[in-house]
Amino acid sequence: MLHMTDMTEARPAPQTASGPSAEPTLRVRGLTTVFRIGRREMPAIENVDLEIAPGETLALVGESGSGKSITSLSVLRLLPGAISRIGGGEVSFRDREGRVRDLVSAGGEEMRRLRGNHIGTVFQEPMSCLNPVHRIGDQIAEPLILHLGLSRRAAFERVVELLAAMGIPDPARRARQYPHELSGGMSQRATIAMALACDPVLLIADEPTTALDVTTQAQILRLLQDLQKTHGMAMLFVTHNFGVVAEIAHRVAVMYAGHVVEQGRVADVFRHPRHPYTRGLMTCVPQPGDALALRRAGQALPTIQGSVPSITDRPPGCPFAPRCALAVDACRAAVPAMEDTGDGHLSRCIRWSEM
Amino acid sequence: MLRYTLKRLAAGAAMLIALSMLVFILLRLAPGDPVDAYIDPMVKMSAADMARLRAELGLDKPLPVQYLIWLRDVLHGDFGRSLQRTGEPVLALIGSRIGPTLLLMLSGFGIAIIFGLIAGVVSAVKRGSVRDGTLLAVAAVGVSSPAFLTALIGLYLFSVVLHWAPSGGMLTPAMPFSLHDLLSHLILPALILAFYQSALVTRYMRSSMLEVLTQDYIRTARAKGVRENRIVSHHAVRNALLPVVTLIGSTLGLAVGGAIFIESVFNWPGMGLLLVNAVELRDYPVIMGSTLVIGAWVIVMNIATDLVYAVIDPRVKVS
Ligand SMILES: Nc1ncnc2c1ncn2[C@@H]1O[C@H](COP(=O)(O)OP(=O)(O)OP(=O)(O)O)[C@@H](O)[C@H]1O
Ligand SMILES: [Mg+2]
Repeated sequence: MLHMTDMTEARPAPQTASGPSAEPTLRVRGLTTVFRIGRREMPAIENVDLEIAPGETLALVGESGSGKSITSLSVLRLLPGAISRIGGGEVSFRDREGRVRDLVSAGGEEMRRLRGNHIGTVFQEPMSCLNPVHRIGDQIAEPLILHLGLSRRAAFERVVELLAAMGIPDPARRARQYPHELSGGMSQRATIAMALACDPVLLIADEPTTALDVTTQAQILRLLQDLQKTHGMAMLFVTHNFGVVAEIAHRVAVMYAGHVVEQGRVADVFRHPRHPYTRGLMTCVPQPGDALALRRAGQALPTIQGSVPSITDRPPGCPFAPRCALAVDACRAAVPAMEDTGDGHLSRCIRWSEM
Repeated sequence: MLRYTLKRLAAGAAMLIALSMLVFILLRLAPGDPVDAYIDPMVKMSAADMARLRAELGLDKPLPVQYLIWLRDVLHGDFGRSLQRTGEPVLALIGSRIGPTLLLMLSGFGIAIIFGLIAGVVSAVKRGSVRDGTLLAVAAVGVSSPAFLTALIGLYLFSVVLHWAPSGGMLTPAMPFSLHDLLSHLILPALILAFYQSALVTRYMRSSMLEVLTQDYIRTARAKGVRENRIVSHHAVRNALLPVVTLIGSTLGLAVGGAIFIESVFNWPGMGLLLVNAVELRDYPVIMGSTLVIGAWVIVMNIATDLVYAVIDPRVKVS
């Protein structure tokens, strides 16, 4: 197996029918989501910009609480409605028919028709994401019947095909089983089958391998990669593991305290991090000569001095300033703007050129 | 499944034997002499006559032997005769009373379960709304009102003041049977029995639903584009029912106590009234027989609960 740097170089750019200038499947601009805490509304994510082309994988990384899940739930419009709302920004999504819609202003029924059909989602805990009282096959068949209008019989046949494509042996028997009869890896394959049932153009995967053991994790990642190649979908892959980023993503966005602080091609960001936070995270990423990057999969991110500020006490300026060795007064004055450091590699650090 | 049921039934039979022993001993420890029930207080009886009567009734034998004789007879289908003048067979008495009790309990619980489950689901889905608040307030009153209070208030209000329902009995005496007559007698005690139960079921179902609605598989269903109605009916309710079924089962068994009370308030000719009267008259064979039947009811309800649970939860493998 190659070591990590080689892997990032070896991965070809996404191949799409319409070429690299193709319209992105997902374009997020200035997305801000606020939570009501007491009587005040606090931004959980602020001014998030992301873009994913068809066939491309964007990894969203960051420590726990940095806002990765809130970003994906905002895109899906599955935020806990009573306590949070999208405070601003745009989410343009190009559906399977090539129609571009703004998901922030989309109605509930419009979103419902997109979810599970044009947008597939895989969550972290496969076991708890499957309904314990329904058969696996019925759960995978649900979007097929709901969105594509398949008959139960046709849906079941499709489910068996899907499970087989997920590398599940004896798929017809598995389809009739209940979630508790499946292992974690098997369950995650089933939820991936569920997400891909209607052949979505965008797959949002929120830490889909975190709950699994290292071997299963590697298998699931490979499966997702293969599926992406055959389906050509765009993928937003949330993780807090740089080894996984190296394995699966074309581009990476690093989040810290609700902000995207750095974004670029995986190879560029890994080789020349342009934000002190990313550089801090990098220090424990497997070095050339290390065993397979995934051996590190189970490990937590390296500790940088201090901790992530909670949503209620984020500093006024750069959120990383209190933990940053390079911080100067200007950093604490205002949140730095996103700057292009060259070739689409973006950084939210005013001192990026000194790194 | 069958083997499991049989095993449970065997365990239940053992429990019934233990229960009957307990009741037997308690009855004999209670002050008073069983033979008193047989004698006319007006007629002076000699000590010799008393002893002869005792021997005739088997009361001169040691307690364990008396119990074994009773048990042997019961196993042969002989529950003895009532000590009352009429001397009816206990089994016949119970047979005539069991129908009214089942009618009252099942209508009470039917109302309670249907209403409680619907109210619990609505309350959870519309959490924080006026409807939720109203249901919660009513449920709070329901679970905190003792049965005797609701029974007496209900009786006073609906039958004494408003004359909406008869004040007791199951049928108007000396009138040909009519369904309307039966229902008009049934409605008030059944509703009162249902009041507490439905409040309990509402609360349980609500909190169970609230819990289920936060589960990951509900979010997954939303991510699949499932409609809210279907999320509630197809993905949430069945999961939310799991803990509630256990509750319903155990109260269905235990609420026999409430039913006995309501029967005596409303003079409903059921097992409860039979038992209460038998206790007043120290009619031992009747007490023993009806306790046995009520105990069997509780045990069967518990087994039924487990079986229903196994049917709705695929994770439970009964073995
Ligand atoms: N239900 C909630 N109520 C209040 N604040 C919340 C809620 N959910 C998330 N937040 C806040 O939003 C911020 C981002 O949370 P999010 O779940 O997106 O983090 P994450 O990056 O996905 O972390 P993890 O790696 O632990 O999944 C957190 O700081 C958290 O405090
Ligand atoms: Mg998360």
